[in-house]
Amino acid sequence: MDFTRRQFLKLSGAVAATIAVVELGFDDKKARAKSKDFKIAELKPTSTICPYCSVGCGILVYSKDNDVIYSEGDPDHPINEGTLCSKGTTVRQVYTSEKRITKPMYRAPGSNKWKEVDWDWALDKVAQNIKETRDRTFVHKENGVIVNRTDAIAYLGGAALDNEECHLLHKLFRAGLGLTYIEHQARI
Amino acid sequence: MTNHWNDLQYADVLMVIGANPAENHPISFRWISKAIEKGAKLISVDPRYTRTSQMANTYAQLRSGTDIAFIGGMINYILENELYHKEYVSAYTNASYIVDDQYSFKDGIFNGYDEKTRKYDKKQWGFKKDKEDKIIKDPTLKDPRCVFQLMKKHYSRYDIDTVVGVTGTDKETYKEICKAYASTGEVGKAGTILYAMGGTQHTVGTQNIRSYAILQLLLGNIGIAGGGVNALRGESNVQGSTDFGLLYHNVPGYMEVPTDADVTYQGFLDRITPKSGYLTNKPKFYTSMLKSFYGDNATKQNEFGYHFMPKLGAGKDYSYIRLFDAMYRKEFEGLMMFGANPVVGGPHASQSIKSLANLKWMVSIDLFETETSSFWKKEAGSDPASVQTEVIFLPACSSYEKEGSVTNSGRWMQYRWQAIKPKGESKADLEIVHMLARRLKELYKNSPNPSDMSLKALTWNYGESDHPDIDLVCREINGYDMKTKQQIKSFGDLKDDGSTSSGCWIYCGFYPENENLAKRRDNTNEGMSNFLNWSYAWPANRRILYNRASSDLNGKAWSKDRVGIVWNSVEGKWKGNDIPDFAATKGPDDPTFIDPFIMIAGGKGALFAGINEGPFPEHYEPYENPISNAFSSVQLNPAVQFGEKATNAKGDVSKYPIVATTYRVSEHWQSGSMTRNVPWLAELVPHMYIEISEELAKEKGIAYKDRIIVSSARGEIEAYALITKRFKPYKLKDKTVHHIGMPWHFGYNGIATGATANVLTPNIGDANTTIPEFKAFLCDIRRAK
Repeated sequence: MDFTRRQFLKLSGAVAATIAVVELGFDDKKARAKSKDFKIAELKPTSTICPYCSVGCGILVYSKDNDVIYSEGDPDHPINEGTLCSKGTTVRQVYTSEKRITKPMYRAPGSNKWKEVDWDWALDKVAQNIKETRDRTFVHKENGVIVNRTDAIAYLGGAALDNEECHLLHKLFRAGLGLTYIEHQARI
Repeated sequence: MTNHWNDLQYADVLMVIGANPAENHPISFRWISKAIEKGAKLISVDPRYTRTSQMANTYAQLRSGTDIAFIGGMINYILENELYHKEYVSAYTNASYIVDDQYSFKDGIFNGYDEKTRKYDKKQWGFKKDKEDKIIKDPTLKDPRCVFQLMKKHYSRYDIDTVVGVTGTDKETYKEICKAYASTGEVGKAGTILYAMGGTQHTVGTQNIRSYAILQLLLGNIGIAGGGVNALRGESNVQGSTDFGLLYHNVPGYMEVPTDADVTYQGFLDRITPKSGYLTNKPKFYTSMLKSFYGDNATKQNEFGYHFMPKLGAGKDYSYIRLFDAMYRKEFEGLMMFGANPVVGGPHASQSIKSLANLKWMVSIDLFETETSSFWKKEAGSDPASVQTEVIFLPACSSYEKEGSVTNSGRWMQYRWQAIKPKGESKADLEIVHMLARRLKELYKNSPNPSDMSLKALTWNYGESDHPDIDLVCREINGYDMKTKQQIKSFGDLKDDGSTSSGCWIYCGFYPENENLAKRRDNTNEGMSNFLNWSYAWPANRRILYNRASSDLNGKAWSKDRVGIVWNSVEGKWKGNDIPDFAATKGPDDPTFIDPFIMIAGGKGALFAGINEGPFPEHYEPYENPISNAFSSVQLNPAVQFGEKATNAKGDVSKYPIVATTYRVSEHWQSGSMTRNVPWLAELVPHMYIEISEELAKEKGIAYKDRIIVSSARGEIEAYALITKRFKPYKLKDKTVHHIGMPWHFGYNGIATGATANVLTPNIGDANTTIPEFKAFLCDIRRAK
């Protein structure tokens, strides 16, 4: 079960603080070392870059099995040198948030709810929708000129994706499928 | 950014206008603070007293939408008092060029305007040429028809009293800022301008940024450490996604998209390739890109696969606002969204929801349920039973549940490694697009239709499993020799004969031989904090663009404290703390030795440059405005185009007397689709609010935390009132106006919910980019009953 910070503080904060003081005294160096032992001693940090703004701060993510245990600013990163803002600090919760969608979902025309579906079905459906609309609306030639386009499907998004993803998305949707309405956050 | 984050520490004066790095790019502020510690002055220009303003030496209040008046006045001050960098302006900019006789400017309109189409004939803003077709120049800058003198005349109208009457800035503060910033025109000094969406999201957005660039050229601040025009970009990879052509009008590397008027590849290349400057190499980049798309199916015989590419309708605008216009008119039926939430992030949000219902199908790929993916729900104000759109949601994983690179605002391409496998059944977008592409290729595999040849010709060689090999994608982006498959070392080696391939020429060089340089992590500072061995910066690992201009006409640094690159006459090459943004061995014997701006034909910084509304930035009022234009009788940017009438409602000052703007907070990000679902961030800023001044609150009888309603011509929203001293009434020339602001992060989904500010914003865009005018509109407020 995941706790929010507020719940966590309510449940155990006071108790935990008391124990820490009794066991370790006020030597914060020891306290830090001790807490490191508890949390991440056996975990390998993975280097990442913050997913939010474009400063590009380095973050170290400590994970284990199916959980992200801890994250902190990367002290070796020349821009942030270990520091992070409120968003970068809480990057762990992008994984742990209970609100994450973890299964493909489908909403039928006129329906008032989502239905969980499996990946194969969902991807087949997307591919078929694209093909059906594209085939019906595609213009190969106009006034004798090969134009190879469809103005009937639009593409949006990409500012939070990786470069490699942007390259493949552009390649598939423009160079492969012939979309003209290709836009993303940089325009707005 | 022309420069990069660490470089901010080298500035003598930093002017932040239309941005708020202390709150929106918090860690960047470390380097601003470092500059201040070393004695630099920080100027903050903003409609609201922000946390950046709090850290500044000087704060100037600026009514939303009046940047050009503000900067125009500074240009005038600098020219009148001869505070510009004389050698730099004369040698490195087009100040000395003689302008064509037909150029004129009268009452807000330049020559060549067609009222019917609201367009200018930009060809009428050329330069005078001699018999050998060379531009005529006057290096003394005295000829009344040279760029310098015409500019001086243009901005002589921007006197201090007129300017502050429009911007609402305190006169003494304005003078102080003019003086402080102009001090960077002294040889050896550096001033930097930092801007964000406060600069761009206006009907004159592009000209706002041009005005910053002109100011920087006049003061000799481009190309040097601690200088530059620096866009503080909003998303972790909005730089990269733009570099990779995810906009209708660009393919990767900022090259053009063909239209149906470009009937042959050669004709197209002739149209898009300039006659001088570095971009004469464009055919090499374009052909190599086509090879990366179509591989061996792109041959000399089929014009390198040129006709596989879609051609846009000539003259048709497919940009974001027009896309939603088309959706409103039911002109298309499908929408693919990879991490996008237009219902919160786009203008006139309530209209967007209605338009989405016109779709036959929609696919949303995201981490969390967004307001857009669930636009059909009751909470969105829709009636589910009547929305016939089929919606598919595919769960994506987050940045550290996969691997790949992102490019920050300073153009550093930094690799991120995978820390954990994707949560639940979520997948990387790379995997999703790969699986989708493989399915589509399978569906079309046996098609004999000419319509389907593009997809059949498209190469998709990233492995046979559902999980693509990202290393192969990286190698394709960089490019390789088609025969030997050896990686290309630099874009200078790309060819136009089909023998090389490169997915995005500006990135060519990040993956030479066997090392992906985006993965480099050597943080040694070898000089001027350029960190040349940390990651990779496009182009060619250059950290400061136009760095030739960091040295004087002889190739010696303007300042010994800010050495970019200098000419080493012994070795016969440019050396220094950066990779030369210039031909490395071009010496003083070459007449183009003093042409630092290699991407521009002629190599000179463009003080005079024709973009859609004219060669010099001119102040026009926003679409919705509280006063008449003080500079001419033309109220709105004359080149702004109007879209779909039904979605273009305009509010009048008589009904909506208050100026409004939107902004962001540290704890939330963009449309909030991620941060409103992160428990700690949702707890830190849990509610939507409207920030108003004490004076306005008193006038309207509103108390702190009252529920209030803000209305505009597009709709109304309800939120808490936040009464602060950060907004003050604006004392303009003839009247006083109130100004309010609000965050735009909220929607009905997630842990922290609240009204969407973009319900209020207008559906009108800039004359060049069509970026919506989010940052200046009219409204009224009242207490909720």
